[in-house]
Amino acid sequence: MSQDIIRAAMSGQPNCGKSTMFNAITGGSARVGNYPGITVDRLEGTYRLDGKVIKLVDLPGTYSLTSYSMEEVVARNVIVDEHPDVVINMMDATALERSLFLAVQFMEIGAPLVLGLNMMDEVRRNGVTIDTKKLSQLLNVPVVACTARVGQGRQELMAEVVRLAADAKGRWRPIRLSYGPDLDPLLEKMTARIEQEQFMTGRHDARWVAIKYLEGDELVIAAGRAAGSLSAELEALCREAEKTTRHNSNTTPDAIIADWRYGFISGLLKQGVVSGGDELRRNASDSIDRVVTNKLLGPLIMAGALWAMFYITFTLGAYPQGWIEDGFTWLAELGTTFIPEGYVQSLVVNGIIGGVGSVMGFTPLILIMFAMLVFLEDLGYMARVAYMMDKVMRIFGLHGMSVMPLIMSGGIPGGCAVPGVMAARTLRSPRERLATILTAPFMVCGAKTTAYLMLVAAFFPNSPTGAMFCVVIAAWAFVLLVSRLLRSTVVTGESTPFVMEIPPYRLPTLRGVAVHTLERVWQYVKKAGTVILAVSIVMWAVMTFPELPEDAVATYDARRATAEEQVKADNPQAAGEELDTLVADAQTPITDEQNEAALQYSAGGRVGGFLKPVTDLAGFPWQANIALIGAFAAKEVFVSTMATAYSMGEVDPEDATSLSDRLAADPAWSLPAVLSVFAFMLLYTPCMVTVVAIAKESNWKWALFSVGGSMAFAFVVSVVIYHAARLIV
Amino acid sequence: MVMSMRKMSVNQRGQIRSVTASGEMGRRIRDMGLVPGTELMVVGRAPLQDPVAVRMKGFTLSLRNSEADYISVEAR
Repeated sequence: MSQDIIRAAMSGQPNCGKSTMFNAITGGSARVGNYPGITVDRLEGTYRLDGKVIKLVDLPGTYSLTSYSMEEVVARNVIVDEHPDVVINMMDATALERSLFLAVQFMEIGAPLVLGLNMMDEVRRNGVTIDTKKLSQLLNVPVVACTARVGQGRQELMAEVVRLAADAKGRWRPIRLSYGPDLDPLLEKMTARIEQEQFMTGRHDARWVAIKYLEGDELVIAAGRAAGSLSAELEALCREAEKTTRHNSNTTPDAIIADWRYGFISGLLKQGVVSGGDELRRNASDSIDRVVTNKLLGPLIMAGALWAMFYITFTLGAYPQGWIEDGFTWLAELGTTFIPEGYVQSLVVNGIIGGVGSVMGFTPLILIMFAMLVFLEDLGYMARVAYMMDKVMRIFGLHGMSVMPLIMSGGIPGGCAVPGVMAARTLRSPRERLATILTAPFMVCGAKTTAYLMLVAAFFPNSPTGAMFCVVIAAWAFVLLVSRLLRSTVVTGESTPFVMEIPPYRLPTLRGVAVHTLERVWQYVKKAGTVILAVSIVMWAVMTFPELPEDAVATYDARRATAEEQVKADNPQAAGEELDTLVADAQTPITDEQNEAALQYSAGGRVGGFLKPVTDLAGFPWQANIALIGAFAAKEVFVSTMATAYSMGEVDPEDATSLSDRLAADPAWSLPAVLSVFAFMLLYTPCMVTVVAIAKESNWKWALFSVGGSMAFAFVVSVVIYHAARLIV
Repeated sequence: MVMSMRKMSVNQRGQIRSVTASGEMGRRIRDMGLVPGTELMVVGRAPLQDPVAVRMKGFTLSLRNSEADYISVEAR
């Protein structure tokens, strides 16, 4: 390997300012990728110093290097498998002891380490002095004092990386900690056996393997079982060790290992590294929290913050969303003008521009929402929300952190499940996160809101507010109950421990917020854009083909011609524009009728008709069938498809009063049918953009589960509601 | 007086005596530095009395009462 390229990995605990430092170092060069098979982002960037190119990879933030979470496994595997030349460990110097717990584990693996002591400005403010030289001597590791917020310490850190890479020359020297009289002799024995048998030593240090066996690390033990018979012998020794530790100190080997690690660290710090300050002193953040998480004020402030966030996203976002939609409308007009009438025009204008346009319209919402979410997250407020809401959410198998994604998805009507599902990233507990992702789409998103407004105006004209309120309450009830159901059926398992740091309030850097937000938005545009393009084309084809037979089209043409003649005959004095208007007025109902017939004749319409025997169980009118199928592309389509099905021609989804009147007059919409469609609309398959987001945030298996599961659940609920309502009404 | 961490009141200080949790929960509790000998102070409780917020080793940690049950503290 060339000495001019240094491969470095950046590690650190959550909230230590690692991302801020990473951005400060790599500037605009960072690129996002994915670790294969999982959803943890992989950030890479480069830095140049004295002719050396330092390739930096950002590891996920972890408190430790066990194998309990995706992030920890990723961090560990990058170190072990990619064998970087240097590992940079950023740490929150205000919590030095806890931060060193991770550093010590890197040293036990043997990676050449540079410590970046971040938040040194806060440390000074707290009246604490940290002797970095002393710390560096005691650990035999370079230590650099940093304040990442202002980019301070960046050059020094990278200079140390270059120096260390030259010194270490790729050689790893694991440190040997003592784990006490009970475990040390046993560790010696295990290490010797591992070395003797060359057991997994190609990949790991022998003593490290022994420690992981004692810690009961499931991944290492599984790999060991595959590697050879020594595993059984080691496991037997571990059982022996547990007997000893249980007998001597009534605890387990992994507890002893953690205790001794912390013991080593606190012993180290007591040798004059840290002086001054009081670790138990309430800091400014604790004082703020007396108000912000107060029994009464806390929930009020939280409600206010969530409402403000929601309000800003959807009012401010409406402008750029409108511009983008106008842009696509303009594009569509351009397409209509310049592409000759026919399939190509229809495909480009209705299929591609219409489909992709409706998706791109969400981008500003996602941008604004994410910017605020990242801001609140980096500020430290989201941890407080989780802290306050955990007790309630836990009852339903969720986590305190689930609140935000649920609100964003439409817990207050008008949200959007796409940013909602993406916001679930902030959950560090996989099971609760999955339950959140799968149920968030039940919420009343903006698109569903347009459909409900139309339906409510038609069927509950006297109490629209009350009806909408019931819909929202029903959404929350279903989310919580279904989460409970999921957590006791398909997403089973103990609730993930809550143990969570409440980080001090820290004003986020503009750059950090911008970088994170743009990253997220770009991924949305890229990933969703490609899939949605494909589905849009399919939806277009399904609603267009097969076309009405020629004789049917000829009949409509003839009727239009007759209508024109009739108008001319009735208004002999009319001419020019006046005549054109009269003719158009007479012809429009015929065209609308033709569109309705064409829709019914198309594959989509036939599927709607084909499904009728099934959906009759739930009492859906046939028009709702097609509209609900179309709404899979985007829920706004419900209104426009209903309009086509009721031969209304173009209807603006924002102002669908005339459609409401038409629906109210149709006897097929009995109260039970209305309630049934209301429930189905709320619960059935998320729109395709959301499905893609779910797949991206979990995997395609869960996305398909969401599609099938919500469909089946929605149908059952609708059938029950329909029949129950028929009994009562 | 040795008591379960759940029973501690706000502003009360103490030193951890033992942590009896095992498995994933035990690991997460210990990773954050809740090990015997650690000095801590309860700084707050969530509006519904659970979880609890604890100040220790220079930072603030929150954990559920059900998790605090595994931690016994020599309270002052």
